Amino acid sequence: MESSEVQPKDVVSLEKVVIKFAGDSGDGMQFTGAQFTGTSAILGNDIATFPDYPAEIRAPQGTVAGVSGFQVHIGHAHVHTPGDSADLLVAMNAAALKANLKFLPKGRTVIVDTDNFKRKDWEKAGFENDPLESDLVKDYHVVHAPITSLTRKALEGIGLDNKSITRSKNMFALGMVYWLFSRPLDYTERYLEGKFGKVEKVLEANIKALKAGYFFAETIEALPSAYSVLPADMEKGTYKNLMGNEATAWGFFAAAEKAGLELFLGSYPITPASEILHEIAKYKHFGAKAFQAEDEIAGIVSAIGASFAGDLAVTTTSGPGLALKSEAIGLAVITELPLVIVNVQRGGPSTGLPTKTEQSDLLQALYGRNGESPVAVIAARSPADCFHMAFEASKLALEHVTPVILLTDGYVANGSQPWKIQRVADLPEITPRRVKTPADKWEPYLRDENSLAREWAVPGMKGYEHRIGGLEKDALTGDVSYDPENHEEMIKTREEKIARMVHSIPELKVDGDEKGELLVVGWGGTYGSLLTAQNQCFDSERRVSLAHFQYLNPLPKNTEEVFSRFKKIVVCELNNGQLAKYLKTRFPQFEYLQYNKIQGLPFTVQELTDRFKEILSEN
Amino acid sequence: MTQNPTVKYNAKDFSSDQEVRWCPGCGDYAILKSVQRALPELGVSREDLVFVSGIGCSSRFPYYMETYGFHGIHGRAPALATGIKLANPNLSVWQITGDGDALAIGGNHFIHAVRRNVDINILLFNNRIYGLTKGQYSPTTDLGFKTKSSPQGVIDNPFNPGELVLGSAGRFFARIEDVNPKGMTEVLIEAAKHPGTSVVEIMQNCVIFNHHVYANYTDKEVRADHILHVEHGKPMIFGKENNKGLILNGFKLESATIGENGVSEEDILVHDAHEEDSTLHMMLIRLKMPIVTGVIRAVKEDTYEMRLKKQVEEVCETSKFQSVDDLFLSGETWEIS
Repeated sequence: MESSEVQPKDVVSLEKVVIKFAGDSGDGMQFTGAQFTGTSAILGNDIATFPDYPAEIRAPQGTVAGVSGFQVHIGHAHVHTPGDSADLLVAMNAAALKANLKFLPKGRTVIVDTDNFKRKDWEKAGFENDPLESDLVKDYHVVHAPITSLTRKALEGIGLDNKSITRSKNMFALGMVYWLFSRPLDYTERYLEGKFGKVEKVLEANIKALKAGYFFAETIEALPSAYSVLPADMEKGTYKNLMGNEATAWGFFAAAEKAGLELFLGSYPITPASEILHEIAKYKHFGAKAFQAEDEIAGIVSAIGASFAGDLAVTTTSGPGLALKSEAIGLAVITELPLVIVNVQRGGPSTGLPTKTEQSDLLQALYGRNGESPVAVIAARSPADCFHMAFEASKLALEHVTPVILLTDGYVANGSQPWKIQRVADLPEITPRRVKTPADKWEPYLRDENSLAREWAVPGMKGYEHRIGGLEKDALTGDVSYDPENHEEMIKTREEKIARMVHSIPELKVDGDEKGELLVVGWGGTYGSLLTAQNQCFDSERRVSLAHFQYLNPLPKNTEEVFSRFKKIVVCELNNGQLAKYLKTRFPQFEYLQYNKIQGLPFTVQELTDRFKEILSEN
Repeated sequence: MTQNPTVKYNAKDFSSDQEVRWCPGCGDYAILKSVQRALPELGVSREDLVFVSGIGCSSRFPYYMETYGFHGIHGRAPALATGIKLANPNLSVWQITGDGDALAIGGNHFIHAVRRNVDINILLFNNRIYGLTKGQYSPTTDLGFKTKSSPQGVIDNPFNPGELVLGSAGRFFARIEDVNPKGMTEVLIEAAKHPGTSVVEIMQNCVIFNHHVYANYTDKEVRADHILHVEHGKPMIFGKENNKGLILNGFKLESATIGENGVSEEDILVHDAHEEDSTLHMMLIRLKMPIVTGVIRAVKEDTYEMRLKKQVEEVCETSKFQSVDDLFLSGETWEIS
């Protein structure tokens, strides 16, 4: 089908639009959302996505607990977040409507699969009466579409069982949304061919359902006019859509190649970090070894072993796993070995909210170990930034011969964004501090006088045989030392070594005016929301600036100076005030207002701008 | 491992400049000497040797070796050794551990290392007590034994390390007493040459907290009658008079005297360390009198590294991506110009 043949008559051009696909966790909503994203990306829209799925693989069918959603924000203008609220909701059953209606402002459109709004369905979803007949939906534009039965009808006689036929209903829904936003079908057709090429009937069923949905939308008059979202004005280059966790893995591939080292990942599966392990396990031929260990501790300790033996060593986890790794991080600190520890944060404490996002491991990353145990801590601000920060974490670890913690979170890890494809040759050089001093003059803890980093000598190198370990060591020879002055000297030296990394990290940038009334401060995965909110305020009369941290230890050297240029500072975090606490100890001369959200959800732009305006109106 | 015929080492070449700090009379001294005597026989370059350890008296071992060494954290040495070996399969990696380090805090890592079959050599110094923390019972302390943390006697059942090794699909298990330097050197050489995870349990005497723990086996007067040192392909005969041996009575392994009750030399079982079926190996491990030493099980199988290498080669042949750049440019991309 040529998309030009079916251009609807009225096409309304939109700047940005947010679509939420929601259904039962077995309805294929993640797949459907990803298809819409891929198609829109290729059309040149800027995009941001966020999947929202239950912790259980298959929660009870038809219940609110079992609702799986995928939100995608596409724009002609730049988009930095998946959007506060949806413009279009696709609800495949009553529970999906129940779970998502509150994110849909009045006046917007809902497409419902009426086949799944029978009495038993809405009762199971916790409605007291039929929601489609109630006041609940009277302020919305509701498109009634019997998606399940229409799919069955379209696929009659195709030679598949009922279950397989019904499974194609997500493609019917996708077809409808494609029509509504004037998207061509070819991206998804190609994708389906790749996925089901060998199972002809399934391929045929999916494509038929997709087209049936497209034509149905075109035919029925119930839909509002079709929309288009024109390509965004983006930097020149070749792009692809990348998820945060994928981007993290790719950053390590690039770093290993750049450093001329093999990549070793020691990891134990944990939500929401496991995709990094999956991704690295796929590409063994890039000299990447993905070792699935028996537990979190073995994950990091095997990585420490690999680092001792000369690899670019990485371990990946989420909050509870970071807690288990803390003793081993101390070992990497005292042995001064390069190591990257990725923590994809999720809601805590304990098992907490495994599939929900939070920024509550900052203090754990900074301080969560026995003894004086300084570690460099950096954080990724968006899905595509995961690539950059994984590369950066590797560079810092290898050049400063030290462990580095990279914090991402469930929101950036599972979200996706267009990534401007980098060529390895164009990336900054990485020069691991491999030993250069001749063996007879070398000592294990001989340091570079500027960075204080030691030289990395690895097994197999003749003449450099040496022993290291977790006991305090002599400041030069690395032999075990219980000498009181030596211990104090080593504590100070390790602290100072991390502090001096400040010369290897960029300064803090300010979005908006360089000085003014209100500085919004944030870190990590909240960048998109904070930047959008800052932009909105900046456009209005209320001028707000943003300073967003990617480097948390050490802090950029101009931090204090930036803070001093503003009358008020508000620290916005998805936790109970951890960065604010940290900043208070570092720069106690400033007053820090706070805005904290601890609901397992990202900030909405609206709540941020409301808060900023409130602060500006207080005197 | 790089075979290095040009440099001929002797035991002293493996002795570091660090003063050895075990208690006088500790069994660990004899083990250190045996290891230093075994290494020159392996033809491995000194720079390709790595000794790793966890925590405990035995775990100080790497500091005394003039090789690469890593004194890790409690119980985690198998993971350390695994990471080192996978990063550089050319290295000869040795893990030094004790009964507490390997079987209590590190029990999980120990069984998984054995199961995985990475080519590392694990020397388990079993003195059936915690020494460094000054005398608490360990997972191998006998039932009823009184220690500081079990003043009325131990009430939890002990592990037999060999049972754990076989239960974890282990391919190499040997046992040796610390007072048998010649036997130990031989066993260590065999362990080193075996591809895959080798576990050597060393019956080690702690002079301070568990003195004479193995006296009923190792004392000169009883030794010949209470220890059976097995060798592959040889009949399992022992005793002062060399007239005792092991026979199978139904499903039970028994010790019999040749010439008594109609038992002749032909009835004595011949040791087959290479037998895939571990049933008889398990019986030998469980036998308490005599206790069995020597290489009890040595069955060859592909190591983890060999399988990994094979997968890497397969991926290299079949993958569309020859470089990281290929991967980055793969899939759906679009141009903004």
